[in-house]
Order: sequence, then C-alpha cells, then structure tokens
Amino acid sequence: MIKFLIEKEFKQIFRNSFIPRMIIMMPLMMMLIFPWAANQEVKNIKLSVVDNDRTTMSGNLVRKVSSSGYFILNSVTGSYTDAMKDIDSGSSDIILEIPADFEKQMMDDKHSTVMISANSVNGTKGTLGSSYLASILNDYSAELRSDMMQNLSISAVQEPRSFSIVPEYKFNPRLDYKVFMVPALMVMLLTMITGFLPALNIVSEKEAGTIEQINVTPASRFQFILAKLIPYWCIGFVILTICMGLAVCVYSIIPVGSLLTIYLFAMIYILVVSGMGLVISNYSDTMQQAMFVMFFFVMILLLMSGLFTPVGSMPDWAQYITILNPLKYFIQVMRLVYLKGSGFFQMIPQFLSLCCFALFFNVWAILSYRKSS
Amino acid sequence: MRQFIIFVRKEFFHIFRDVRTMLILLGMPVAQMLLFGFAITTEVRNTKVAVFDPSQSMETREIKERFQASEYFSINEEIHDISRINDVFKYGDIGLVLVFSDNFESDMLHGGEASVQLITDGTEPNQASMITGYATNILSQYQREVSGIDGIPFSIIPEIKMLYNPQAESAYNFVPGVMGMILMLICAMMTSIAIVREKENGTMEILLVSPMKPIYIILAKVTPYFALSVVNLITILLLSVFVLGVPVSGSLTLLFGVSLIFIFLALSLGILISNLVSTQVAAMLASGMGLMMPVMLLSGLMFPIESMPQILQWISAIVPARWYIEAVRKIMIQGVEAQYVMREIFILLFMALLLITLSLKKFKTRLS
Amino acid sequence: MTEEYVIIAENLTKKFGNFTAVDHITFSVRKGEIFGFLGANGAGKTTAMRMLCGLSHPSDGKGIVAGYDILHESEKVKQNIGYMSQKFSLYEDLKVWENLRLYGGIYGMKDKEISIKMDAVLRSIDMQSEKNTMVRDLPLGWKQKLAFTVSIFHNPKIVFLDEPTGGVDPITRRRFWEQIYSAAASGITVFVTTHYMDEAEYCDRVSIMVDGKIKALDSPQELRKKYSASGMDEVFQKLAREATRKGD
Repeated sequence: MIKFLIEKEFKQIFRNSFIPRMIIMMPLMMMLIFPWAANQEVKNIKLSVVDNDRTTMSGNLVRKVSSSGYFILNSVTGSYTDAMKDIDSGSSDIILEIPADFEKQMMDDKHSTVMISANSVNGTKGTLGSSYLASILNDYSAELRSDMMQNLSISAVQEPRSFSIVPEYKFNPRLDYKVFMVPALMVMLLTMITGFLPALNIVSEKEAGTIEQINVTPASRFQFILAKLIPYWCIGFVILTICMGLAVCVYSIIPVGSLLTIYLFAMIYILVVSGMGLVISNYSDTMQQAMFVMFFFVMILLLMSGLFTPVGSMPDWAQYITILNPLKYFIQVMRLVYLKGSGFFQMIPQFLSLCCFALFFNVWAILSYRKSS
Repeated sequence: MRQFIIFVRKEFFHIFRDVRTMLILLGMPVAQMLLFGFAITTEVRNTKVAVFDPSQSMETREIKERFQASEYFSINEEIHDISRINDVFKYGDIGLVLVFSDNFESDMLHGGEASVQLITDGTEPNQASMITGYATNILSQYQREVSGIDGIPFSIIPEIKMLYNPQAESAYNFVPGVMGMILMLICAMMTSIAIVREKENGTMEILLVSPMKPIYIILAKVTPYFALSVVNLITILLLSVFVLGVPVSGSLTLLFGVSLIFIFLALSLGILISNLVSTQVAAMLASGMGLMMPVMLLSGLMFPIESMPQILQWISAIVPARWYIEAVRKIMIQGVEAQYVMREIFILLFMALLLITLSLKKFKTRLS
Repeated sequence: MTEEYVIIAENLTKKFGNFTAVDHITFSVRKGEIFGFLGANGAGKTTAMRMLCGLSHPSDGKGIVAGYDILHESEKVKQNIGYMSQKFSLYEDLKVWENLRLYGGIYGMKDKEISIKMDAVLRSIDMQSEKNTMVRDLPLGWKQKLAFTVSIFHNPKIVFLDEPTGGVDPITRRRFWEQIYSAAASGITVFVTTHYMDEAEYCDRVSIMVDGKIKALDSPQELRKKYSASGMDEVFQKLAREATRKGD
C-alpha cells in the first residue's frame, strides 16, 4: 500500500505551482551565479605607491608591480599621509612605500628595505595581498640581480650558499577557486531543497487538516515517513545530476573520481537532510515556525561545514562540534572525489558517519510522528 | 496616541507569544556572532606537514626544527617513498609536503642545485597560497641567516605592516557583516511576514475599517521589530567588544546613526514586500531569495566584491547591505572620520527614501 | 452477546490538564445500527469519537471497537473503521478519483478492485462526470458527499462521522442522510455526531452528551416519551438547560 502513498506525494509535488520550477531554477542559479560570487579569491587589489625615491629603479619597480595582474595601481603619491587617506576612503587596499634613497642603497649596500602596509580588516586579503607583493619584490630583485651580474660580468663571484624554493599546488595547480567551490555548492543546494521541502511538508498537512484522515487509517508511521522520503530522494538525484551536468558544461569541472561514489554518498546524504527536515516538521505547528527553525539550523551547519572556511582553521572546540555536522562529511566527500579522485574505501569513515546520521534522523522522524495524542 | 500605544502593545504580545520564533530572533545574532567570531576563520593554524628528506643532514634538520617551532606548522610524519605523496594528501589531513632534493646539504654548500619543493593541497586555493607564503618566509629567513645579508646582492627586503588588524583575525571582517545580515533578516523578513499574516488571516481588513489611520497601523506593526533590531544591534556590539575583542575604533554615535538609517531602510523594504505578496509562504520566499541570498553573496560579508565579475559588482551596488557593511567596517574597525563615509551614508539615505516612498504609494493604491 | 456489539465504551474518560473533556461515559452500539451522538458544541462529542477511532488516547476507562481494544490495538481498530472528520480533510490538490484510489490503496485494496468499485460508487452518488475534477474545485456539499464515500470505500465494519453535514442546505443534508441509510443497509454500523436535532430523528438510537457526560440514551421515540416532548429538539432543550459548560 506504500505505493499509493508515494504516488500521492509525487502527484502533489508535480501539481505544486512552485516546486517543479524550483527544481530546475535553483540548480541553474546556484551553478551559474554562485561560483562567481562565492569566491574568496583575492585579486584586483587596489595599490597606492609612495615613491620617495623617484629614480629609474623605483619606477621600474612600480611598473613591475602594476603589470603583475594582482594589483590595480590607484595612485603614486609623495607622502604616506596621502596614501593613508586613500585607505580611509576605501579607494586603496595596500600601500607600498619606497624609501628616499632606494636606488642608492641598492647600488651601494646591495639591499634595501621597502614598507608594505596592508588594510587587514579582511585578514585573508591583507595577508595574501602583502605576500603577493612580497613575492613580486622578490622576483624583481632576482631580475635585477641577473641583469647586474651580466653587466658587470662577474662570473667568478662565489655562488652564495643557497637553495631554490619551488612551490607546487597539487590537485588544483592553477589555484582556481571555482574548482573548490562548485562541488561544495552542490551540497549546499541539496541541503536547501531536500531539507526545506520535507520540513514544510508534514506541517503543511497539519495546517490543511489532511493528516487527520491519514492518521485514522492503518498506514503505519514507517510507511508514512518512507513515502515522504522517497520523492525527495528522487528530486535530490535530479538536482545533483543537473548540477554535475552544468559543472561540466560551464566550468569543465569533471570529477576525478567515480560518479558512482558520488551517487552512493548522495543517496545516504539526502536521507540525512530529509530526515532532519521531517523531524523539524513533526515538532512544528506552523509552516513559518518550521521554516525558521530549519533556517536557523541549516545556517549554523553550513557555516561550520567547511563550505566557506576550512574546518582545520577553526579552534579545537569548534572542530569537535563539527563531528556532529553531517554537511561537513558530505562536503569533504564531494571535494575528495571531485578534486583528488578518492575512492570509496578511502572514505569509509565519512560513509559510516553519514549512515549513522541517516539512521538517527529517520528513526527520530518515525518516532516523533504521532498518529494519536 | 493612546490608541497607537494599545496597538503597539498588541503587536508586542503577538511576538512574545510565539516563544520558538522569539528565541530564534534573539538567539540568531548571538549564535552568528559566536560562530563568525570564533569558528569561521581562514587563519592558517597548525598545518600538518610531511617531510621527504633523503639526505637527513644537519641543514635539513635545522629547517625542520624551524617549521616545528612555527605557530603555523607541525611536522606530522616523515615519508620515505616519494610516490606516496598523493596518498598522504588523500588519506590524511596533511596540508604541506616538504621535499628536499637529494644531497641537499652538499649541493647547498658547494654551489649545486639544491632545492626545497613546497607541495601544498591546492584544493582550497587561499589556504594553499597562505601556507606556501608562510613556508617561504621560514625558508627565506633561514637562507638569509646562513648566507649573511650581503651574500645575496640586490635584495629588496619587505617590511610588512598589517593595518587595523595585525593578527589578521577573521572576526574583524565578519562583525560588520553579521550586523548587516541580522538587521536585514529581522527588519525586512519578519516585518513582511508579520504584515502578510494579518492579510492572510483577514484581520488586516478589520484593522483597516477601524478609525485608526492606516499609516499608524503600519507604524504600530513595525515598532516592535524596530525595538527588536535595536536590542539586537546592542547585543551584537556588546558581544563584539567584550567577547570577541573587536573594538569600536570610531565614533559610536556615527555607528548608531548609520545603523538607524539602515534599520529604517530595511523596515521600508519589509513593508514594500508585504504590499507585493499575499501569502506568508510567498513573503518568506521573496525575502529569502530576494534578500538573504544577495546579502550573503553580494554584500561583501564573506566574499570580496572586487574579485567578482564586473556584472556582479554592478548588481552588488543595489544591495543596501553592501553599503551599510562597508560603512560599518570603516567606522568600527578603521575608525575613520565621518567625511570618509559620506558616500555610503548618502547612498543609504537615498535608498531608504526611495523605498519608503514606493511602499507608501503601493499601500495607498491598495487601499483605494 | 459481544459479537452483537461493535462498539463498547466503559467509563471512557479524557482529561486535558484539569479539564475533563469526556467524563466516564459508558455505552455500546449494536452491529448495523445508526447511532446518533448528540450534544452542544464543546460537550465532548468529537473528543469521545477521536478516542474510539484511535486518534486520541483515553486517560481512563476502556473501549472496544470492532472487537479490538482502542488503547492497545488501535492500529487493528483503524483497519476496520472509516472516518469523516468535521473539517474537510481530503487532499484538495488531488482529483476525485485520486483521493478514492489513495484511500482504497492504503486500506489494502488491489488496483483492479479499486477501479471497479470506483466506477460503481461514483455512479451511485452521481459524480461520474466529476471523476477528473480537482477536489478543491468541488462545492462544499459535493465535498462532503465525496468524503463520506471515501470513508466507506474500503467497506469498513463501522464508520464514524463527525458533524458530516455542517454548513450545507437542508436539501443537501437530506440527500446525505439517504447515503447514510444505504450504507447502513449494506451492513455498516454508523456512528454519527450532530447538533441538528432533526437529524437525530433519523437515528436508530441516540445518546445526548452534556458537559462530558451521557445524560440520556435511547431511541428517539422512547426519549420523546420519557421527556414528554414533541420532538428531539425539546428533549435536548430540557437536558441542555443543566449544562454549565460554555460552547466553543
């Protein structure tokens, strides 16, 4: 008889004026707009230069910095105070101050010190901005060195004790932020749709009164909850498939690992969030209440999932809390499969955790659903 | 006036009766502040390092010790098989692998091609860049010390000063953002839902036939949310200063002034939405999709606006929260004078006036 | 004797905090009879009925419906009864036939059985043309007709009707009662609450509830005789005068 209940849920979903449109529109929006906006990439840093030297060498340095692609040269001024005004008004993010006898020091002492002052209200931007600038300075001095050495034709100079530093970025060699965000955004979307719809579902039957007629039938709590879960399961798969398709078409982001692994994990994950939604629905009296409670929890879970900021950066107590965050595991899985190509057996801990959550929430959903009072 | 007070009191009762919603309204700012203040950070801390060191010499040991001593790194394991590098990243939570070249010591001392490879997990680009940056610092420092400053000719030594937030703590960036988000959520979303609920229940009709002027009815509905917003604003500032240690560097009066403009703006937006939709669900969706999403994404709360494609930057210009958050960052964290936030204040004022005119106009046409 | 009684209530009680909604009621209903459950608004009729249907747990007392204990075997009770609630509670966003199919299916009817029976019942209530109509588009009287049809579609032993004719005109009500009669004729026991006293006359036996207690129980004729009244209305007036509880 569960067949009849499932049939009914599907009919109601397709007849709804809003849900089918959402199933198509949301993935489009999420995949086309979000990756561009939800991006912590640091670029287009506005730079003010205080050039106290005004020599060829300082001029070359400024040219080198402004042609690097990371910085937009805002102004070249003669005083630090003026540059600070740019920072205050927001027209500049970072100041490079070149000392008065820069060229002279370089030629005589063979080294010089420049000042970098970065607006660090946004810590990441401040840190990265100044380290980009520092590495450009480094490059510039290396160029200078090789030019000078050639000019002076000092071939016999004793090589200093040195070694080279070679950075290499695994899995995402071009450090493309979208590659990082897109798989996780799919998780966010799945959570929003397959979490919020069930949260509103049972409570809407309560508000409409139709739940009374079901409660007086011999349909068991288990059947009732299962019939509610299955449609969201299917919706989840459709959404995930649309998202993955868009990721390939728009960004050419293809999972390194296997699709099967993704679907297997998604299968469990959708059960987790739908179960959570149903639990909230069971305890709510109005749709508004269900919506707010769900919103509150989803917001906390999303923020603590590693979606936007790495879990590893959190303080230890917060990292312990994230053990209880199902989103964290699925986001890990998606990134592992998409970027590193991890296989199922490398992610057994995540799989077991998700299974526990799925079991926990759905048993709770069945138990908290009351056929009688 | 007495009537008005009675109405306002009735609205307060409505809010207080739904304990669950009430708790969320008051708890949300606290939860968000604590999360953003402590948990949501991009700081690099305790990155686990694996080392591949075929020479096992004095020099490499010295470098390893320096990494271990740094607050950013801790050496977790030595790998002996270079082909295991991929596995280390896939299984463990290693963030950096240091690969020393063969015969590192002798090459370094005798002018050979010694190198250190810094292999990072590029999955998270910013973390990878920052980790690489910190590791490079440690290595360059070491290099400078062993070779003496004169050893490398023509070097430019940068002296870095982090303005306003020397520890690069994320809270400094997020507090203004959370203020913008909470005020928008409570003023606009809650107000619109509350008004629409009366419409849905049909009680609005009863109120409108009462001798009260419609404008007072709306004002009475809005007053409790205004009060709630001010309470939340104060809570956020207290938490910020005393719990998160993010000080208010600029003028408190100016900060409150800008916040009041923003609250006023958000309330008008709520009224406008309530005029446009007729069901609670629609109000929720309109404010959820139309307000929360843009605030989360396009206000600069989390994601720097200047990194976005041009078209999104233009769109972000019509998101009021963007200007508010920018103004609060300047006043609160940078401590600038009023003259530097004039642009933001004017834009917010203009938007507020536009919205209130629009919603009043809508309201009148609906009545007639 | 017990096979003859399909509903037995003994000291059935429901308390909500300090308020006793149903106060030790005892009665039994014979197989095949139309049993009227009368009372003013707030007298406790709906609460009593919800207990018998297994929607609400009794605070005290015992109830047997269709041979099963309502407290411990409520799911077995549900297998054997039909229910029509006061507030229309079929799915408005499903079509007429879809609602019938859903509830038929829930009670374990097979697809084929459902489609054969569906045509028969729709013909009998004159709604074949509305088979594909969305339920939300039906007028109230038709909705009630459909709700009743759904509640007896799976051929239950007993059907519980909670104020089935609220808000419709006398002619529609009259037709509705014809439907009830034909259900009773097919062997279904009908348990119906109402506050229309003219409807009480249609019942085989009626009980009158005042303030959570049963004040009178007998056939309409006997009750009229006992209270020397000309109609049930007058009987009710005499009993209800003692009520202290306010209607809702």
